[in-house]
Amino acid sequence: MSALAGRADPRPPAPWVRVVAPIVVGLAILAVWFLLVDVLHAAPRALPSPVAILTEVGKHYGIILEDMGITATNALVGLAAGTILAIVLAALAVTFRPIDGMLAPLVAALAVVPIVAITPILNTMFGASSQFGRQYVAAIAAFIPVFVNVLRGLRQTRPVHRDVLRASAASGAQTFRYLTLPTALPYLLTGLRIASSVAVIAALVAEYFGGPADGIGTAIATYAKSGRAALAFAYVAGGIAIGLVLFLVTSLLERLVSRRTSV
Amino acid sequence: MTDLAVNAVGVGKTFGTKEGDVVALTDVDLTVEAGEFVSLIGPSGCGKSTLLRLIADLDSATTGTLEIFGKPAKQARIDQDYGIAFQQAGLLPWRTVGGNMALPLELHGVTKAARATRVTQLAELVGLTDFVDRYPDQLSGGMQQRVAIARALAEQPRLLLMDEPFGALDEMTREYLQGELTRIAAETGAAVVFVTHSIPEAVFLSDRVVVMSPRPGRITEILPTNLGPSRTEALRESTEYFERVTAVREALHGTPIERANER
Ligand SMILES: Nc1ncnc2c1ncn2[C@@H]1O[C@H](COP(=O)(O)OP(=O)(O)OP(=O)(O)O)[C@@H](O)[C@H]1O
Ligand SMILES: [Mg+2]
Repeated sequence: MSALAGRADPRPPAPWVRVVAPIVVGLAILAVWFLLVDVLHAAPRALPSPVAILTEVGKHYGIILEDMGITATNALVGLAAGTILAIVLAALAVTFRPIDGMLAPLVAALAVVPIVAITPILNTMFGASSQFGRQYVAAIAAFIPVFVNVLRGLRQTRPVHRDVLRASAASGAQTFRYLTLPTALPYLLTGLRIASSVAVIAALVAEYFGGPADGIGTAIATYAKSGRAALAFAYVAGGIAIGLVLFLVTSLLERLVSRRTSV
Repeated sequence: MTDLAVNAVGVGKTFGTKEGDVVALTDVDLTVEAGEFVSLIGPSGCGKSTLLRLIADLDSATTGTLEIFGKPAKQARIDQDYGIAFQQAGLLPWRTVGGNMALPLELHGVTKAARATRVTQLAELVGLTDFVDRYPDQLSGGMQQRVAIARALAEQPRLLLMDEPFGALDEMTREYLQGELTRIAAETGAAVVFVTHSIPEAVFLSDRVVVMSPRPGRITEILPTNLGPSRTEALRESTEYFERVTAVREALHGTPIERANER
């Protein structure tokens, strides 16, 4: 009887619940979708049936994977470049006060600009056949969350730890390597997790604004316009897959690193 | 005279704050001989931590001269003549117990093999042999404190500085660690400057008890304990011990009366 009285249970859900719950919700949505489109025929015509989408995925997975590769590469290149730039600038901002004063308003301004909106300009700058404009957009988008988090992380060293290092006659470089950097690492990975999703979205949406005729975003736009909704949705699934994989990898990294941060 | 571990003459420290200058310490004359155990005791805010931080060159004195083994405090810090343990253990959470104990050695370029040997010795010394590969968050507060003490001893310093290292511990653990500390100090022959709020602790551990008083922080009395070299649990029950405790208590409580006269 008491086993059933699970009303206000304060315990967090078991790990398997956290994995199974989203899958169950996803399957439930698919089931409702299937019901609306294939059984009740109650959906608008532009919404294809999940079965049709799966069929398209099966028929075209080769080319879908190829386009996923293009978009994923753009996102990853942007993520890497944005992250490296963010780490370097954050380290400079922490070390030199004036640089911090210069960068803070700039990053604040950058954060409110819809970055993908400048893609047409970049495409004109780098030529319509270059992926560079898309990678550039992904890099700027990824830069902001990494910079903000790393900058914060580099300032989290505790006074007692600084005293320990100083009492051990550590040099400035040693203090950075043994204390400042490890303290900032969990913050870097939080920034990276956020940036990974943002970079994929930026790289994908940038494709809507021109550039080479490849990538997930280009395909979605093309097939949606030409009335092949099921194929367009198959590509959407591909886009979701890229974002999901990156998110899972970075989340896992974050968890591994954040395990030892208390005390 | 070069035998002195600490030689402070007319040492004072004034902190400049937004609200004006705070005189934390005035006219402190204190000598600690090599191998001697000296406790600093006094009400909160009387400058005990400040004095210890000056000795450790974590802050610098405003007036007076301060020599550690005949050198300026800064030189002694760079030469690693002292080891220090703070009220907070201040362990690096991303390093194992062994890694924390070996931190000063690693900073000074001691080889891996030599570090491993030293960690084994240190772990045995503080009774943590089975915990060398654990992380600080897997240890109790008392165990963490012992790791911090081991870290302070890593370089075999001739002077050990301790700022209320047992402050947050229960009475049982505290008495146990007091016994351990006197044993370690005797074994290593190091001089100890030990800050505490506890009269019995100061008497049990020390060769001399330095009584301080606040506003401005200064030394009011220095009481030798003359309890001999051995510190056993039986000592805690002895009449001489109680006499010394009473003497220190009177010295401490004399302070407010003196202050009342001043006003
Ligand atoms: N960094 C600082 N800036 C300004 N004032 C300070 C600073 N550090 C200490 N003080 C002041 O110096 C005085 C002595 O401080 P200190 O920490 O040495 O006291 P304490 O004897 O260790 O006290 P407690 O027993 O509470 O630890 C206090 O009045 C304190 O406010
Ligand atoms: Mg203090």
